[in-house]
Amino acid sequence: MSLRTPLGQALGLGTAKDGTEHFIAQRITSIALALLGGWFVYAMYTMESMAYLEVTRFIAAPLNSVLLSLLCLTAAYHSYLGVQVVIEDYVHANGLKLLSLIASRFAHVLVAIASVYAVLRIGLAV
Amino acid sequence: MSNSGRPLSPHLSVYRWPITMTLSILHRATGVGMSVGLIILAAWLVQAAAGPEQYQYFRATMASPFGKILLVGWTFAFFLHFCNGIRHLVWDTGRGFEMRQVNASAWTVVFLSVVFTAGFWVTKL
Repeated sequence: MSLRTPLGQALGLGTAKDGTEHFIAQRITSIALALLGGWFVYAMYTMESMAYLEVTRFIAAPLNSVLLSLLCLTAAYHSYLGVQVVIEDYVHANGLKLLSLIASRFAHVLVAIASVYAVLRIGLAV
Repeated sequence: MSNSGRPLSPHLSVYRWPITMTLSILHRATGVGMSVGLIILAAWLVQAAAGPEQYQYFRATMASPFGKILLVGWTFAFFLHFCNGIRHLVWDTGRGFEMRQVNASAWTVVFLSVVFTAGFWVTKL
């Protein structure tokens, strides 16, 4: 005798078997982002001017380069996890949902790589 | 529906709109808003890496009235998501779920994020 529901038997799908990692990753990145985001907003607040030389000098400072890279990677990861949930909540058509999730993943990886590449490029050019 | 006259739940339209619902929606909205903001953060870094002329173009765009509205919006989004995120982390420890506490923490988050945003821009300008 199967304990599965008739619908469950017909679809042949069991439990998702994951999800806990998603929850934990979201919390851990949120703690990291509270620190990194707080630092970034404070850094922008104390920035004398947003002129080219001032900004590139700020980005090129070693500690700032490291923190900015960490911020961009962690924020992209946290953002991906959040947007994934939003898509899963509001997009119900299977094909469109899959497409949106893939597009979101591509966009987040693109933004993360572009940001870190730019930080390294500015940091190593000086 | 049968006319038993018993209350149906969940029935959004019969509830007085609670502050906790506003915060729940704002947390998600500010999160999505900052996801878009990450593109601008990346653009800022990439344009700075691309050289003075490209950077100047980016800077001028963000210094426009529309750009400024976006920046103020993103600082507010950051502070609200930050404060409400801490509220969520406290909830994760199983604390603060009494109605009185939930409402008080919600209003605290609204108050702090408005004060922080105003403080940031008023003293910055």
